[in-house]
Amino acid sequence: MSDLGYDAAHMLGAVVLLMSFALLYQRRLFSLLNVFTMQALALTATAAWQAYSHGEPHLYITALLTLVLKAILIPVALHRIIVKMKIHRTIEPALGIGLTMVAGVSLVTLSILLVLPVTADATALTRENLALSLSVVLLGLLMMISRRNAVSQVVGFMSIENGLILAAVGAAGMPLVVEMSVAFSVMVAFIIFGIFLFHIRERFDTLDMQKIESFRGESD
Amino acid sequence: MTPLLATLYQILQMLLVLALAPLLTGWVRLVKARLVGRRGPSMLQPYRDLLRLLRKEVVLARNASWLFRSVPYMMFTAIWLAAGLVPVFTTQLALAPTADLIALIALLGSARFFLALAGMDTGTSFGGIGSSREMMIAALAEPAMLMIVFSVAILVRSTSLAEIADFMMAGAVGLRISLALALIALVMVAIAENARIPIDNPATHLELTMVHEAMVLEYSGRHLALVEAASMLKLLLYMALIACVFAPWGMATAGSGVAAALGGVVVFVAKLAVGGTLLALFETSIAKMRVFRVGEFLGGALLLSLLGAIFLYVSRGV
Amino acid sequence: MGLVVSAIAFLFAVAIAGAVAKRLPQASTVVYGGTAAACALIALWAALRLAGGGPDAALVLPVGLPWIQAHLRADALSAVFLIVVNLGGITASLFGWGYERAHHESHSTSQGGSQGHSQDGPVLPLYPLFLAGMNMVLIAADAFTFLLSWEFMSLASWLLVLSTHRDPETPKAARLYIIMASFGTACLLLAFGVLATAHGDYSFAAIRAHAPAAGAAALVVALILLGAGSKAGLVPLHVWLPLAHPAAPSHVSALMSGVMTKVAVYAMIRVLFDLLGEPEWWWGGVTMGFGALTAVMGVLYALMQDDVKRLLAYSTVENIGAIVIALGLALVFKAAHTPVIAALALAAALLHVVNHSLFKSLLFFAAGAMLTATGSRDLNRLGGLIHRMPTTAVLALIGAAAISALPPLNGFVGEWLLFQAILNAPALSEWSLKIEIAVVGAALALATALAAACFVRLYGIAFLGRPRSRAAAEALEVGRAMRLGMAVPAVLCVVLGVLPTPLIRLFEPALRLLVEAGPFDGRAYQPWFWLAPTSAIGNSYNGLIMLVVIALLSVVLVLGIHRKASDRVRWSIPWGCGFDGPDPAAVTQYTASSFGQPIRRAFGSTVFRARDHVDMPAPGDTRPARLSVTWTDPAWVVVVEPLARAVGWLAEKANRLQFMTIRRYLTLMFLALVVLLVMVAVTQR
Repeated sequence: MSDLGYDAAHMLGAVVLLMSFALLYQRRLFSLLNVFTMQALALTATAAWQAYSHGEPHLYITALLTLVLKAILIPVALHRIIVKMKIHRTIEPALGIGLTMVAGVSLVTLSILLVLPVTADATALTRENLALSLSVVLLGLLMMISRRNAVSQVVGFMSIENGLILAAVGAAGMPLVVEMSVAFSVMVAFIIFGIFLFHIRERFDTLDMQKIESFRGESD
Repeated sequence: MTPLLATLYQILQMLLVLALAPLLTGWVRLVKARLVGRRGPSMLQPYRDLLRLLRKEVVLARNASWLFRSVPYMMFTAIWLAAGLVPVFTTQLALAPTADLIALIALLGSARFFLALAGMDTGTSFGGIGSSREMMIAALAEPAMLMIVFSVAILVRSTSLAEIADFMMAGAVGLRISLALALIALVMVAIAENARIPIDNPATHLELTMVHEAMVLEYSGRHLALVEAASMLKLLLYMALIACVFAPWGMATAGSGVAAALGGVVVFVAKLAVGGTLLALFETSIAKMRVFRVGEFLGGALLLSLLGAIFLYVSRGV
Repeated sequence: MGLVVSAIAFLFAVAIAGAVAKRLPQASTVVYGGTAAACALIALWAALRLAGGGPDAALVLPVGLPWIQAHLRADALSAVFLIVVNLGGITASLFGWGYERAHHESHSTSQGGSQGHSQDGPVLPLYPLFLAGMNMVLIAADAFTFLLSWEFMSLASWLLVLSTHRDPETPKAARLYIIMASFGTACLLLAFGVLATAHGDYSFAAIRAHAPAAGAAALVVALILLGAGSKAGLVPLHVWLPLAHPAAPSHVSALMSGVMTKVAVYAMIRVLFDLLGEPEWWWGGVTMGFGALTAVMGVLYALMQDDVKRLLAYSTVENIGAIVIALGLALVFKAAHTPVIAALALAAALLHVVNHSLFKSLLFFAAGAMLTATGSRDLNRLGGLIHRMPTTAVLALIGAAAISALPPLNGFVGEWLLFQAILNAPALSEWSLKIEIAVVGAALALATALAAACFVRLYGIAFLGRPRSRAAAEALEVGRAMRLGMAVPAVLCVVLGVLPTPLIRLFEPALRLLVEAGPFDGRAYQPWFWLAPTSAIGNSYNGLIMLVVIALLSVVLVLGIHRKASDRVRWSIPWGCGFDGPDPAAVTQYTASSFGQPIRRAFGSTVFRARDHVDMPAPGDTRPARLSVTWTDPAWVVVVEPLARAVGWLAEKANRLQFMTIRRYLTLMFLALVVLLVMVAVTQR
């Protein structure tokens, strides 16, 4: 593989990771969705670049799927949901932004420390992609636990999916079936979450998870 | 390269940065004015402002000490020297080996240290507000800078700016995650250190939001002229620094003649024009953030630069 | 060597003279003069010894336990630390002489009106003993002498802390100090016990010859970090330090903070680099981690303090953190068989040891001068001292700038060297270490930047602005001896900042002894005013040229401005936010707590649970609004309180032992005897 191909793939993966950090940094729902869109676009570009540089045309389909689903349909739909349901537009962090970011960097360090020794004999690209995608997955999980708002938890969940796709795209020769199923599961999860949101909204008039928990008598 | 020529280049650079700094500020103001639909003042207005300030009398608070009166000179000298250390048109500078990137950052730190002290000297509350906020910003911006140095120096195998520029021009580095993260962090730090939107607004005098302007509120006359000129120099310095590390192309190197150096000057002016336009574009498209989100913003810069340093080891090579 | 021993003996003689003649007016002159002379003698000897080379000076004294004797030996490492200790001793004696006289006078005129330290007899005899103790630690060459001297040093300093017993805070500080000191000594005792088990010989030469097994070595590393670390102030064992150091008279505080912590560093270096033999890679990792934690936490604590001397004590914690980071790096590189880089890191550590002893002494002296002049060490009662105490203000500014690592002063050179060592991380092979060094580098940079904020706060509140109390408004400059005591370290701060290379060359014998390389190995010859240590990363720094260029540019600037610009000056009253009165700005000026607020909000709200409470009266109510700040110390919550509870629980249990019959006591002793015999039987096999 040429140096340029390697560098570009590497850089696009880094953009996906950077967007994960940007997701953690956001305080407003709409900018959260915008950043998520950008992450999906970066993922699209990664998939397309891998398809081009490895000569694996089926990755173009992955790219297209990511583009249509994650960069266009889902953000637009979520945007409409937020407007329609008049959800409070700021995100209530359960953990301070600064602490979340510190935790994020520690998670990235952890995933690097996990991946590097295990994959010492793999090629550099696979190794980095693994480290990057593991980081994206962990950051998505962090996002889900550190934000109270249900919409941001949905976004966190989908960024976990992005991390998985990043790993799938990076590992050369992975069959398309897996990606289809991953994309499909996102769709399913999205529908489930959508219905879930509507129900919550109808029942309790809020999407703040803490308040919902208090209805169940769990919190405090 | 003879030492004589290097000394000449050094003197030329010191004069060049001094001459260009107000022009850059004028350019940024002009572009900003045009972007929001105003005609804006001439690009030469900052020079006129400085001259006007120099001719005015100095009004001092009754209990101002000698420190207050000497700080403008000290900080201007420190920033001037720092600006003279960043290669802008040639890497052959006489002072290049005396201070590396770390010393440069510390030099800027000295300027800030003394200015913050001066802010507290008159004992007014505005000076205190400004100084305390400035030091909070610095407390995060400086480590971020040092982590950027960490990434760059390990990739380039030197902390000397001239060697960094030479190495980058050779183009052997390629695209690196670490460098990309370092660039983003450096831009964030530069915005904060130069008191630009969204951290601070150089045009505001609203007490609750200003940082840098609050600190220098008691200065007037020639002292204010020096302080203002120093901030203009600092803006130029950061642009030159970003250009020197991430886009050094067009600079004269060892062995190239005087013509190449003159070409370097032209290229540098073009780089400044581009940088100024980008800055103006950025500033008009974003809103100022609350003072206490600055911590998160710069904490983000620090963590990004740290992430860059960590990713050094994931990449090949190092 | 005989010279050093006689100088130490002379210190004892001075102490006795001080004890006998403490009522005489000349007593303090004799004590401080004698101490300074002895210290000067030792320092000179050590400097000549380092510069001239030659074999180690050694001596065996027939004292102590009959079959062991006292081994004394001064190698290059001892010599470096002898210089640090005795340089501190000279300046502290100079300052202390003036300080005691000033307080003696104020005491006799105003009968204890100030909350300063009234001149109590005990300081005079104890002061030389304290210095003698520190010197003895440095030249001890067997475990017994070392521990004995260590304990002697601890006790002398403890008594010095107690000498200000009229201060209500002192008993608490002293109690905590003696507990932590005993804990530290116990750890060291165990460490040397483990080191010497293999062969039963307690002299350092024998320990060095028989490196312990891996498990034992790990235990020793842990015990040394606990034992010497508690003396040096490693977080979370630092809790006693900011209470005890400020409680002593200021020149003793300077010695405790600037010098005694360095003796603890010496103990770490001696054991980790010299006695334990070849290090393992994780030793440095652990050491470095503690150092980074200490550096960041220390300076964050310092930023929350309003008491000048306590702030300085916390800043000592931070600087010890930086030194320990350097030690950890040196260990890591030594273990990785890159001795030149290890030498670089160790040179950074030694340089910072010297630097910190200089500027911390200077700043403690300045705090003492403020205390003498205003009777207060509360920042919120100071202010505007630059007008009343011009010389002290200039010297303290040098100290504050040096400790904030500003070029071209000495603090910066130490930091610069340390960063050059940090940049060599890619030479290591362990992934976790490489990444740890990056994180440690970030922590160090953060601590340095926060230290600058901390000293802007200290200097800005105490010396600048307007007086916050009548005492501050009427302060008078301190006497000549005190000013001279501050001037010496201030001048050294500048000189070492501009010309650090000769000092680093002076360290070379010590570095060769410990890591078998020098920081300039393999580099072409450089003039003595350049600093460019060997490293995988290109670098160079020249403080001298920088200073000259700065001076040149300043002259050009001042001349240029004054030829062109208007020279008119008008003096006026600054805007006081609408407050009225003769000095309106004094009401509204920033306090120490307000200055700390942005940083407290950015860092303190999570680490210290710092909270600002605003008590705003209702409209129409004439009561003033109040803002109060509360914070909790995590070290107390996490370490000290559980420990105190555990000790209390143990004491409760042990209490029962007091109410037993004779028969039961005998049973206990008998059982103990049997257990010991069984142990002997087992180990004999």
